[in-house]
Amino acid sequence: MSTAVTDIPLAPPRVPTGRRRRVSAWQTAVVALTLLLALPVLVVLGYLFNPSAEVWAHLANTVLADYVRNSLLLMAGVAVGVLTLGVSTAWLTSTCEFPGRRLFEWALLLPMAIPAYIIAYTYTGMLDFAGPVQSQLRAWFGWSYGDYWFPEVRSLGGAVVMLSLVLYPYVYLLSRAAFLEQSVCVLDVSRTLGAGPWRSFFTVALPLARPAIVTGLTLALMETLADYGTVQYFGVSTFTTGIFRTWFGLGDSAAAAQLAALLMLFVFALILLERWSRRQARYHHTSNRYKALPRYRLQGWRRAGAVLACSLPIVFGFLLPGAQLLQWTLATAGRMVDAEFVELTLNTLMVAGMASLLVLVLALFMAYGRRLHPARSTAFAVRVAAMGYAVPGAVIAVGVMLPFAWLDNTLDGWLRAQFGISTGLLLSGTLAALIFAYAVRFLAVSLNAVEAGLGRIRSSMDDAARSLGLSPGQVLWRVHAPLMRGTLLTALLLVFVDVLKELPATLILRPFNFNTLAVRTFELASDERLADASSAALAIVLAGILPVILLSRSISRSRPGHHHAA
Amino acid sequence: MLLELDSIAVAYRDHQVIHDVSFGLKRGAIGCLLGPSGCGKTTLLRAVAGFEPVLAGRIALAGETVSAPGRLLPPEQRNVGMVFQDFALFPHLTIADNVAFGLRGWARDMRRARVRELLELVGLPEVGGLYPHQLSGGQQQRIALARALAPRPKLLLFDEPFSSLDVELREALAREVRQILKHEGITGILVTHDQLEAFTMADEIGVMHAGRLAQWDSAYNLYHRPAARIVADFIGQGVLLPGVVTDNRHVDTEIGTIRGPVLEQCRPGCRVEVLVRPDDVVQVADDDPSAVPGEIVDKAFRGAQYLYTLRLPSGARVLCLTHSHFDRPVGARMLVRLESEHLVMFPDQTN
Repeated sequence: MSTAVTDIPLAPPRVPTGRRRRVSAWQTAVVALTLLLALPVLVVLGYLFNPSAEVWAHLANTVLADYVRNSLLLMAGVAVGVLTLGVSTAWLTSTCEFPGRRLFEWALLLPMAIPAYIIAYTYTGMLDFAGPVQSQLRAWFGWSYGDYWFPEVRSLGGAVVMLSLVLYPYVYLLSRAAFLEQSVCVLDVSRTLGAGPWRSFFTVALPLARPAIVTGLTLALMETLADYGTVQYFGVSTFTTGIFRTWFGLGDSAAAAQLAALLMLFVFALILLERWSRRQARYHHTSNRYKALPRYRLQGWRRAGAVLACSLPIVFGFLLPGAQLLQWTLATAGRMVDAEFVELTLNTLMVAGMASLLVLVLALFMAYGRRLHPARSTAFAVRVAAMGYAVPGAVIAVGVMLPFAWLDNTLDGWLRAQFGISTGLLLSGTLAALIFAYAVRFLAVSLNAVEAGLGRIRSSMDDAARSLGLSPGQVLWRVHAPLMRGTLLTALLLVFVDVLKELPATLILRPFNFNTLAVRTFELASDERLADASSAALAIVLAGILPVILLSRSISRSRPGHHHAA
Repeated sequence: MLLELDSIAVAYRDHQVIHDVSFGLKRGAIGCLLGPSGCGKTTLLRAVAGFEPVLAGRIALAGETVSAPGRLLPPEQRNVGMVFQDFALFPHLTIADNVAFGLRGWARDMRRARVRELLELVGLPEVGGLYPHQLSGGQQQRIALARALAPRPKLLLFDEPFSSLDVELREALAREVRQILKHEGITGILVTHDQLEAFTMADEIGVMHAGRLAQWDSAYNLYHRPAARIVADFIGQGVLLPGVVTDNRHVDTEIGTIRGPVLEQCRPGCRVEVLVRPDDVVQVADDDPSAVPGEIVDKAFRGAQYLYTLRLPSGARVLCLTHSHFDRPVGARMLVRLESEHLVMFPDQTN
């Protein structure tokens, strides 16, 4: 045998070198894609490290203090709001027994279906001077204008309430999961040592669930920072409204990018907070023994209190605004649901469909690339690409617009100089730019689902298919895709709905005269035509209920140690 | 040689797990890589399949180099079938579609005929329309075999194919799989940690230890002529008993003299260790002058036989097989004598 070796040249030319080359091509493509997806954020961050002194001085002298103050106040207020609502309802539904608990478990997620700007418009319509609440009060008490004090919805405080009402489900979801996963031992020990429900909660359950609560809080605060519709409508100056004002009002893209970069600093602070709390989580695992915790059976006023505490967020976060939207829609639909509305809906479905499909393909490509090649570089690339979810839509829009406009201008200038042809704007102001921005923003949503789905497929499936003659790409198509059809549909749906609801990036990047349901809602509301905005708003809310249903189904299926005790 | 491995080395990251492995397999032969878990046998199999690149050496399949440093023919182009420990049947496909999975590009009726032929070959002609989860473990194993056989691979690899089955099923299935491979003239390699499986299925067996191939040989030779202490340890039962070389044909031990070729480097008086199998030690009657007494420290009933562990006067232990009517309590004494057909010895490591 060993003599044969010498006869054979070390590199016979006909030996295919297929796999090496293809895999490294795959890896290169993943990294290249990551760079492309990271481009908007990198462009914006570039302004942070390369500030123009003039712009900077101007911003600092005029608006910056307001933006920082308002953003911090907003975050502090929303933090208090979502923690109060989220943790209390999570604790009640996961450890106590009271009438309607099973219903509350999923219904508490419903407010997630309503984007913050829509709930803000709805409450404004309900609570302003001409709205039903004040009119009724005046009718009852015979007051007239100026006789009484009524809280102003359109204020910083109002924005805090609106955002808290729709963002608390993040905290609810994650802290509920944490409470349910807490090993039964520690809580049993706490009870046998004589600690009652309240003391067990504050001394054991809450500290143990803290990492999960912080993660939920971080998500809610990221959404708060990203919000544009609510604060704009309420006249609260924050970074997002500032970006819009400098971009559209002043036409100053450098200043807008500067503000976007500053906003990114806030986001990074949140990411660090989340990372830190997750690192803490490692030390909190105690035991893997799960079993259904015997719930505290609430009696008397406690029972009524629990029902009330769980109903209020649902009533104010979903039922009331939903009913108001429905009432307005019924009143205005005859006028508002016309050919334009149909076109609007089709536009929206088209961009959402295209974006969610593109994002799914990208996510599949990256997640599968990582599976094929579990090197550190691919893992890092995938994580970087998923960062867009933390970045506010307005920031991404600025980061997309700047390089695209530069590219367009450069190309146009070069072609004009060389050939006398003017290409005009090839990329900026097109659907391509908009869909690219959606891909940057929502890749993580899809990626999480796809990675989880792939992770459930044993690697021997890949090997078996490869040994039966399939290339890696064919394995993905013929084995993985059919095996995780459900996961892929979920990923598609989640991104679809996210795109449907997205406002700030769409506002900045949409092609001229191209409207979506979200943009139309925003425009009508800005014109104080709140009732007219309701059809589009209701359509968005109805679509938003779909992922809530998915979510509630998946949490009811994955209850550790859950037994249906008789 | 259908398959040739020349001085293969395989590494994960910086950690080399396979060192300098060479062996060859003739067309139609069934080979086996045998060793404890972590010895590198599965890695070696995956290198043959094309899932792992080689760091050094060369793998040739039917004369074509498929693996060498810097080159790797991808698994899908090797025409090497594989049967997995967990069977890896595609849960979203019917049994017939699973078997037909590797038959892309075949004409429709040829594909159908091939699937029918294979389902009959593995003795499950009726299950084509079912899904994998509707079959038992043994049935899934047969389908996995049928699927791997379908595209007529040059070589078929088995990664611990029986380890997830009931113990009673394993040997019967191993025999059946061997018959199918022989019937089809398929060359195969089996990876296992179970000697019985290896002996039942394979023509040639390689014992692996710590990433190296200790010996590549027939089952008979591995058992009776182990080339290395590690093989003697791993294959079969037995102990290494101290002995002294008396001349170039004899070694003296506590329980008798063995005749056979003595290691070349050993002169008379040289201390060695001799492999003593349980069937080399026979229980004898009281009047045998060459008998040595042993104290029974353990016993195991094997149905047809008893396996006794004895402590000899020197403190050394040996195993002894007796017929199953010879029943003595632990702590009792029995007389034994060495009755060995051939000599396997290793240099004494204690000095």
